[in-house]
Amino acid sequence: MTTKPKTLQFDTLSLHAGARPDPVTGARATPIYQSSSFVFPDTDHAAALFNMERAGHVYSRLSNPTCAVLEERIAALEGGIGAIATASGQAALHLAIVTLLSAGSHIVASRSLYGGSHNLLDYTLPRFGIDTTFVDARDIDGWRSAMRPNTRLLFGETLGNPGLEVLDIGRVAALSHEHGLPLLVDSTFTTPWLMRPFEHGADLVFHSATKFLSGHGVVIGGLLVDSGAFDWNADAAREKFPTLTTPYAGFHDMVFAEESSTAAFLLRARREGVRDFGACMAPMTAFQILQGIETLPVRMARHVENTRAIVAFLREHPLVGNIGYPELPDHPDHALAQRLLPRGCGAVFSFNLRGTRDQGRRFIETLRIFSHLANVGDAKSLVIHPASTTHFRMSADDLQRAGITEGTIRLSIGLEDPADLIEDLSRALYAAGKAG
Amino acid sequence: MNLVVGGQAVYAYTGSRPFDPSQPTVLFVHGAANDHGVFALQSRYFAWHGRNVLAVDLPGHGRSAGEALPSVEALAGWLRDVMDAAALETASVAGHSLGSLAALEFAARNPDRVRALALLGPAVPMTVSDDLLAAAARNDHVAYELINGWSFSPGGQLGGNEMPGMWMTGNAMRLLERCRDGVLSTDLLACHRYANGLAAAAAVRCPTLAILAARDVMAPLRNAKALLAALTNARTVTLAETGHSLMAERPGEVLDALRPFL
Repeated sequence: MTTKPKTLQFDTLSLHAGARPDPVTGARATPIYQSSSFVFPDTDHAAALFNMERAGHVYSRLSNPTCAVLEERIAALEGGIGAIATASGQAALHLAIVTLLSAGSHIVASRSLYGGSHNLLDYTLPRFGIDTTFVDARDIDGWRSAMRPNTRLLFGETLGNPGLEVLDIGRVAALSHEHGLPLLVDSTFTTPWLMRPFEHGADLVFHSATKFLSGHGVVIGGLLVDSGAFDWNADAAREKFPTLTTPYAGFHDMVFAEESSTAAFLLRARREGVRDFGACMAPMTAFQILQGIETLPVRMARHVENTRAIVAFLREHPLVGNIGYPELPDHPDHALAQRLLPRGCGAVFSFNLRGTRDQGRRFIETLRIFSHLANVGDAKSLVIHPASTTHFRMSADDLQRAGITEGTIRLSIGLEDPADLIEDLSRALYAAGKAG
Repeated sequence: MNLVVGGQAVYAYTGSRPFDPSQPTVLFVHGAANDHGVFALQSRYFAWHGRNVLAVDLPGHGRSAGEALPSVEALAGWLRDVMDAAALETASVAGHSLGSLAALEFAARNPDRVRALALLGPAVPMTVSDDLLAAAARNDHVAYELINGWSFSPGGQLGGNEMPGMWMTGNAMRLLERCRDGVLSTDLLACHRYANGLAAAAAVRCPTLAILAARDVMAPLRNAKALLAALTNARTVTLAETGHSLMAERPGEVLDALRPFL
C-alpha cells in the first residue's frame, strides 16, 4: 500500500494552528498575554534574544505570544511560512512596501483598489519618493508597459474594490517573476477559505483582518503573510532588493537573505519595519481575531450562500442596473472567477441604482437591517455609497476608471436570514422608487 | 563566506561575523534537501560567543554550486576539503540527519581534525521507506509532503513555534521545494545506503554528543541505540515531544545542549 502524506486540513488549522493548551495553566483558549515585555532568565539570554541567536519574546512591539498564535494561524491557512500582525490592514500594506522599497522605487498597482490603499500609493508615498503607476487589473499588457527599471513591486486585490475585478494572479505573477519582482496581493475580500493566492503565484499576501477574518467588527488589525517562495538572491532579483541582500547596519550588518533563504522578508520586516515604524497589533486584538478565524470556514460558506440569494433577488428588480458580481455570467471575469474562486466570489459586491442621487440616499436611509457604515466583512450586513465615502478622494476620472458611479451602492452581505435581508432591500428599493 | 572546493563555489554562513583564525571553529552540516538556515539560531549564537562558524551549504544545496554528493563517504571527504579550503586545522562538527552521518564519517576518518562531534537526529542505519525513495526519484511533491509529515512531532504539526510568527511546517516545506530536481533523491539514497555507521562510530576519538528527538519518525530512537553503544565517549540528550526537525521545534533546548559542548 502506498504511503500517503498526513497533512492537517483547513478547518482543523482554523481552530488549532499556532496554538496549544497553555502548559502552565491548562487553558484551552489562547491566553491574552497582556504584557508589554518579557523577563530574561539571565543577561546572556537577553543578549541572545536581542541578536537573534535565540527565539522568544522581548517587547510586545516586536512580538507577543498571543499575536504569534494569530500569525502562525494565518500563515498556516494561507500556505505561507510566517506572518506579522499589524495595527491595521493599512499598516500591513505599508510594512510590505517599506521593507522592500526605498525612495526612488516604483510600484505597478491595479487601479481597482480600496480607497485607503489608493490614498497611500497615490498621495502619500510620492512624498517619500515612491511612485505608483495604476493600471487596469485585467490589462496584462498595461501591467507590462507600466514597468520601469526602478519598479520593485506589483500589487493588486484578489477581488477589486468595489467592482470585484478578479485579479488574474497567475498571469500577473508570471509577469512579475519574469522581471525578478514579487507580487503583493490584498486578499481581504476572499480570505484563504475562498482562495489561497500563493497557490497561484503571489509572493506576499496581506489582509485587513478587521473584515471577514474577524467577522465580528469589533477590532482593527492587519496581517502580512510571506509565501517564502520568492528568491531574493536570484540573479534577477538580488540587486533590486538591497534591504534583504546587503548588510543592514541597523542589525549588526545582518544580511537577511543569508540568514534565511526562505524568511528573509519577514526577518527584515520584523527587525526593522515593526521595530522602527511600530505599527504592531495589541494582544487583545489578536485574541479577538483568533475567535473569528475559528469559525471562518462556516461563516464564509454562509456569507456566500446569502450573497447568492441577494444577488438573485436584485437581478430581477427594475431599479437595479448592473450588478458587479463575478458569479454572474455577464461579469467580465466570470470565467476567471470560476477557475480561481470555485467556492464563491465572496460577500461584497456593488450594484448601480437606477435613479437620482436623492433616490440613492432614500434607498440607504430606508434600510433597517443593513447598517450604513464604512466597513465590509462583518457578520452583520452593511451598505455604503462609495463615491461619497470610501472613494471620495478619487478624481472623477479615477472613479470612472475604477467603475464607480454616483449610483453605485456597495453591499456587504452578513449572516442574517436571507429572507429578512431581501425584505429590507425590497422596502428600501420601493422607497427609492417612490422618491423618483 | 565563499570558498572554492574542488573547483566549485561553496557558501558557508558565518553568523555575520568575520573569520578570526585565533578562535576555535564550529562546522555545521545540514541534512537532506536543506541548507545552512536550519542552524540559523544555533550557528549565530556560537558566532557571537567566541567561535568561528561555518554553516555550510552542501554541494548542490542552497547557495553552493555543483551536484549533490552521492554518498556519506563522499560528503565526509568534502568536509575535509572544506576545512582545507578554509585553512582550518581542527573544528568541532555538528551535523543533522544526513549531516550527522557525514560528520560521523568525517570524524572517524580524521580524528586529529575534529575536537568535538555533535550528532543531531542520527540513526544507524538511516533507512528510508521505499515509498519516499520512489517519490523522491520522481521529483514528486509527495516526497516533500511525506518528509514534512514525518519530521515534526504531533504537537509540532500544530505549530507553537518558539520563533514568533513563523509557521514551522510551512517554512520546512518551502525549503524542501527550493532544492533542485534530483537533490532529495541523492540525499535520501546516501542516507539509506550508508553501511559504515557502526564502524565509524567505533573509530571516533573525540567527545560526542547525540541530541535525539523522542518523537522522531525519520530517524527513530531505536535506530540510534547501536550507534550510541559503539561510541566510546558519548553523551546523549533526548528532547521530549520533539520530531526530527529538532532545531526548528526546540531551538533553545538544542542550543542549551550544544553550548557547553562545542
